[in-house]
Amino acid sequence: MSDKNKSTAHNDSRRNFLRQSSALTALAIAPQAVLKAAEGKMDEKIAGYFEKMPLSIEVNGKMHQLSVEPRVTLLDLLREQLHLTGSKKGCDHGQCGACTVHVNGSRINSCLSLAVMNEGKKITTIEGLAQGDKLHPMQEAFIKHDGFQCGYCTPGQIMSAIACIKEGHANSEAEIREYMSGNICRCGAYPNIVDAIVEVKNAGGKL
Amino acid sequence: MNFEYVRASTAAGAVSMLAKQSDAVFIAGGTNLVDLMKRGVVSPMRLIDINTLPLKEITLSGNKVTIGALALNSAVSEHPLVIKHFPLLSYALKAGASQQLRNMATVGGNMMQRTRCSYFYDTVMPCNKREPGTGCGAMQGINRMHAIFGSSENCIAVHPSDMCVALAALDASVIIRGAKGDRKILFTDFHRLPGNTPEKDNNLQPGELITHVEIPVNAFQQHAYYLKIRDRASYAFALVSVAAALEMQGNKISKARLAMGGVAHKPWRLTEAEAFLKGKEATETNFKAAAALAMQGAKAYEHNSFKLQMAPNAIAEALKKATSKA
Repeated sequence: MSDKNKSTAHNDSRRNFLRQSSALTALAIAPQAVLKAAEGKMDEKIAGYFEKMPLSIEVNGKMHQLSVEPRVTLLDLLREQLHLTGSKKGCDHGQCGACTVHVNGSRINSCLSLAVMNEGKKITTIEGLAQGDKLHPMQEAFIKHDGFQCGYCTPGQIMSAIACIKEGHANSEAEIREYMSGNICRCGAYPNIVDAIVEVKNAGGKL
Repeated sequence: MNFEYVRASTAAGAVSMLAKQSDAVFIAGGTNLVDLMKRGVVSPMRLIDINTLPLKEITLSGNKVTIGALALNSAVSEHPLVIKHFPLLSYALKAGASQQLRNMATVGGNMMQRTRCSYFYDTVMPCNKREPGTGCGAMQGINRMHAIFGSSENCIAVHPSDMCVALAALDASVIIRGAKGDRKILFTDFHRLPGNTPEKDNNLQPGELITHVEIPVNAFQQHAYYLKIRDRASYAFALVSVAAALEMQGNKISKARLAMGGVAHKPWRLTEAEAFLKGKEATETNFKAAAALAMQGAKAYEHNSFKLQMAPNAIAEALKKATSKA
């Protein structure tokens, strides 16, 4: 995605905050009956505003039976409810890749996925990579090759890097750069990130 | 971002749910919709989650390949049937978004994505697409990314998809489910020009669901090329893109299919250029003549006049690349 909207990001978020605050006020004074307008017969239950839905989800090998509002993104669920703060909120609009996690083995932007849409799925976050004190080979390689400076994009970069190899998209430096383009690094550690991925790819170990 | 949420378990159920509430929308991958909702550009009352509908299959039957509307962009781009029959579609898909987004985004959702016009996204700006009657901010504003074909005094936005440009070139059709059953329309008739109703991106009727895209099997495999020109090497929307698919006999073009992205409110099929190229030798002169034909009627605004040069150059370059393929 283009970053042409970024110059207005500050104003946007301020406006959004104001809008959401006033929406909250409006809803707080609306009677519950109004919020649940009469429904025809549906084959599934409708979750209303702020009404929590049950959610079964496996995160880093552990099953969770949760209760979440439909508006909660997978990223916010991981960070705010499960306190797995490794996945980062960068842009919150699918443009930066800092929130990248694996869902059923495939990498996605968790900021654009509603948590309730992940019913029954298996999520892996950066916290799920290490075996005890033993780091994942990609984590080791990022340290060895200085694949980061400030580190904010790193969890997303590492999750993306592992998927990039597993998908078979790490066959050349050019292909790695193309398939890592959804992960932005403001510090500009790209050459070192590519080096780390090349090394892990060439080592050929199981990821 | 507040809304009701319900999962549809059948296509018929999804269609009837949508028909019952005008302010409901389907959600599939959500990559565009959730973003628009977070920004307050759209605020549907209810999301109908269609992800569990059995619409992910990609199958070959007779002389056409059928792609389910919920097939993921990444899955379509790497599917053996797509690679074998429609490499152009695979190239276009891979030129769009990032792998993370392609792993979420669906074929139907890609077709339904909204323009990235910054005036559409900025809710304090006028925009006839977002709020009919408020005017077009882009017309006199920063319109570098905007249309050079088919715009109206109400809207100069462009459709952002790469996939749709390839599907337009490949003579695809769209299968649509409504309350009264299925209907089929040409892909090139799916999206609309803005005219007096820029709020309408496409010709879906209220309560309808895209279920499949059909592509007739063709002989363009050897000579297909998708050229995308953008502000950075990857992960950016097209300034101009060209989908070129050709049949060749020796150095002679026997059939040509051409479409452009980044230049109009819909994927822009270049039928005059296609007709001109039929039977012509693959030469630079003919490519440039075809490009000149394609550019007839182009109109630029203050910041996008570079597209009047970039677009014909891109057409000629895409033709060169497509014809020089072994």
